Amino acid sequence: MLTRDEPARDPAREPVLTIEGLTIVVGGEAGPRPVVSDLSFTLGRGETLCIAGESGSGKSMTALAIMGLLPKPGAGIAAGSIRLGETELTTLGEGGLRRVRGDRIAMIFQEPMTSLNPVLTIGRQLTEAIRAHQPVGLAEARRQAVAALEAVRISEAERRLGQYPHELSGGMRQRVMIAMALALKPDVLIADEPTTALDVTVQAQILQLLRDLQAELGTAIILITHDMGVVAEVADRVVILRHGRQVEEGAVGPIFAVPREGYTRELLAAVPRIGEGAGRVASRMAAATRPLVEVNDLTVGFDLKGGLLGRVQRRVHAVEGISFDLRAGETLSLVGESGCGKSTTAKALAGLVPYAGDIVLDGRNVGGLPRAQTKAVRRDIQMIFQDPFASLDPRMTVGELVAEPMAIHRTATAVERRERVAALFERVGLSPGEAGRYPHEFSGGQRQRICIARALALRPKLIVADESVSALDVSVQARVLELLRELQAEFGIAYLFISHDMAVVENISDRVAVMYLGQIVETGTRDQIFADPRHPYTRRLIEAVPVPDPARRRDAFPRQAGEIPSPVRPIGQPPERLTLGEVQPGHWVAGH
Amino acid sequence: MTDRTVPEAATAAPVAVHRERGVLARLLRRPLALLGLAIILLTVLGAVFAPHLVAHSPDEQLFEGLTIEGAPLPPGGQFLLGTDLLGRDLLARILYGARTSLIIGILANGVSLTIGTLVGVLAGFFRGFFGNVLMRFTDLMMAFPALLLAICLAAVFQPSLWIVALVIALVNWVQVARVIYTETSSLTAREFIEAERSIGAGSGRILFRHILPHLYSSIIVYGTLGISTTVLLEATLSYLGVGVQPPTPSWGNIIFENQTYFQAAPWLVFLPGAAILALALAFNLVGDALRDVLDPTQRGRL
Repeated sequence: MLTRDEPARDPAREPVLTIEGLTIVVGGEAGPRPVVSDLSFTLGRGETLCIAGESGSGKSMTALAIMGLLPKPGAGIAAGSIRLGETELTTLGEGGLRRVRGDRIAMIFQEPMTSLNPVLTIGRQLTEAIRAHQPVGLAEARRQAVAALEAVRISEAERRLGQYPHELSGGMRQRVMIAMALALKPDVLIADEPTTALDVTVQAQILQLLRDLQAELGTAIILITHDMGVVAEVADRVVILRHGRQVEEGAVGPIFAVPREGYTRELLAAVPRIGEGAGRVASRMAAATRPLVEVNDLTVGFDLKGGLLGRVQRRVHAVEGISFDLRAGETLSLVGESGCGKSTTAKALAGLVPYAGDIVLDGRNVGGLPRAQTKAVRRDIQMIFQDPFASLDPRMTVGELVAEPMAIHRTATAVERRERVAALFERVGLSPGEAGRYPHEFSGGQRQRICIARALALRPKLIVADESVSALDVSVQARVLELLRELQAEFGIAYLFISHDMAVVENISDRVAVMYLGQIVETGTRDQIFADPRHPYTRRLIEAVPVPDPARRRDAFPRQAGEIPSPVRPIGQPPERLTLGEVQPGHWVAGH
Repeated sequence: MTDRTVPEAATAAPVAVHRERGVLARLLRRPLALLGLAIILLTVLGAVFAPHLVAHSPDEQLFEGLTIEGAPLPPGGQFLLGTDLLGRDLLARILYGARTSLIIGILANGVSLTIGTLVGVLAGFFRGFFGNVLMRFTDLMMAFPALLLAICLAAVFQPSLWIVALVIALVNWVQVARVIYTETSSLTAREFIEAERSIGAGSGRILFRHILPHLYSSIIVYGTLGISTTVLLEATLSYLGVGVQPPTPSWGNIIFENQTYFQAAPWLVFLPGAAILALALAFNLVGDALRDVLDPTQRGRL
């Protein structure tokens, strides 16, 4: 199982961090249970090591163990050693660890939103971090803070010092985190899923930034990720973990080219790649029939109140006059980055937000109907949410949850419902015997299957899937996508698939619409969009996707000059509507 | 937990029965909950069968209940728990007092819990103008000195046990409403509520089937904490002369009648105090256990 015959290729690189036989246990009902067992690796100066694995593989626990931040009580190091240079970290007390943390090992976390203190300015947080480890005055710390912000390519660094975290975008916040981590020039930087919460174009910039900084400072980086594309992009060496055990370790090239272990092969095979979908036959499209869903000039806005009198002062133009249609059995993907209005579109279709414009389903306008009929139409549109952990009521059994839509719409008697729940469970690959369990007893993939069963319960004509596979591990993601595809073939359901992940979109869609700032900038068939993207934004989105192949690493990703403009505008100043021009049959692009 | 593996699907009634039985069975498996239940049961039985348990009526002033100097008798001897300043049997007064205290603790507390939950849930769920009006009213009630309000209400109505219970309920619901409001508004923003709306669930269904079950733990914690608060508030009101009128005993007024003689006859304050403490503790123990048992995510982590 353990393959480790790749010594440091460069003898000049002395190891900065050596981990030997590390075993981490977590206390449970049945005594301590190992979450990481017998893990060994070394990290050379200036090297990037990726620890890759799916959720529950113990990769974050390893990072926390190195930092001495394992959750107490409960988790602890049972065996093994962690050496930073000559210092043994496992026997170092809390005081010693505190000196090491930040100064010699720094860490950045997944969620830049929650790892910065929201009530302190960026400047205060940076200078405090610097002064905690260096005996410098306030002015000197401030100078260093500005230098650190400039190092991570933040514009107007002086002014940023006075800003609070909420005034910055996610990408900016992650840069601040990196600046904070690197301000003290640590030997080792541990980055735990640093780009997972970010948009692809921002992710590309952050990865590029990490590479540049490493070249300048010679910091060794441990990058923890589940994304094999990111691994291919930045890693020198890779450690693949599964269930807390090291499956494979080695230089990134060979691992991707000739993976030795079955699990590594599976993991790599499950990664969606752009270009894979192209050969697949498009799902049967009844071209002659009229569209199942027609969306015309859909507009959703939210008023922002402000001032003493609570008057409406500004308006968020979340969705600004978009139109599209969708046939039965077809998959249309809406792609775009956070804040582009794709989720709001989904919510409008599911009847969760008020909208202007028309949504016509099967020839009936969903909007102007009386209450009872709206409910009937609603039955035909079901939604699958992003986070299967959040979208199921934790206090109901999964059987009750799947039966609930039928109870609400009174489509079946109690006995029929029970039978149908059992059938649905079987159809989505769960055992009907599990209907009496609660959501927390299931894994993420199983829960998403429950959500799918729930959406299917009313035999809908359209399923809106809002980032429905984004929260899942790649191997689970691949299986859920397969299930969705099968169900479509079986029942002829139309999918409106909303995602930021271009590779997944390329995999599942028949047609794609790219959204930017609440408007569609380009729409066409999958092949038209991916093989022949016309709009610059579409091109940037596709280029930003990390390619899971270390041989095709991009050397320089064009940096975006500024921030994405905001959809919030003063009252009376609506954004300019884009007009789409047809460049090919079915391929429409803004500004043509 | 073996009984949960059978698919229960959607039949509401059988599921409810099924679950109820499970709850009691699981509750009884917790030693602390069992202790709490035993204390509550003992108190209830003592209150109900008080006439059969003691020889004297609680307001009978007994000649043999005082020493020759006219001092109360300490516990032991003819009077198990001693006598009070007027020579009344303390055991009889505590047992009869349990009636008052239980009625106040359960009834007044139940009413305040119901009002508080109703106001909090409605305000938190519907927000907007309606929610604002409800919450501003709650704030107003909160700003008003509770004791003063209780005295005013008690002065308007003739003080009787039921009026006292009502007064206490009208004063106590405010805190419950605040807590429930905050929880409801954060629950309403959770994604599973949005998911419920997306399958077409109406407000009533969301409120009763998806929001209320999540509030059980707060309601139970507040309910059990409220029992000691209300019993003590009743004592305070009695002390001010607007509570349960003497000679009817309640645990609170026994303490306040005798507090000035605390040094000379400590049992007169200590014993009813211990009774209040034991009852409050018992409800807290049962409440804690009930909260865990009702939460399916805690299942199997006994």
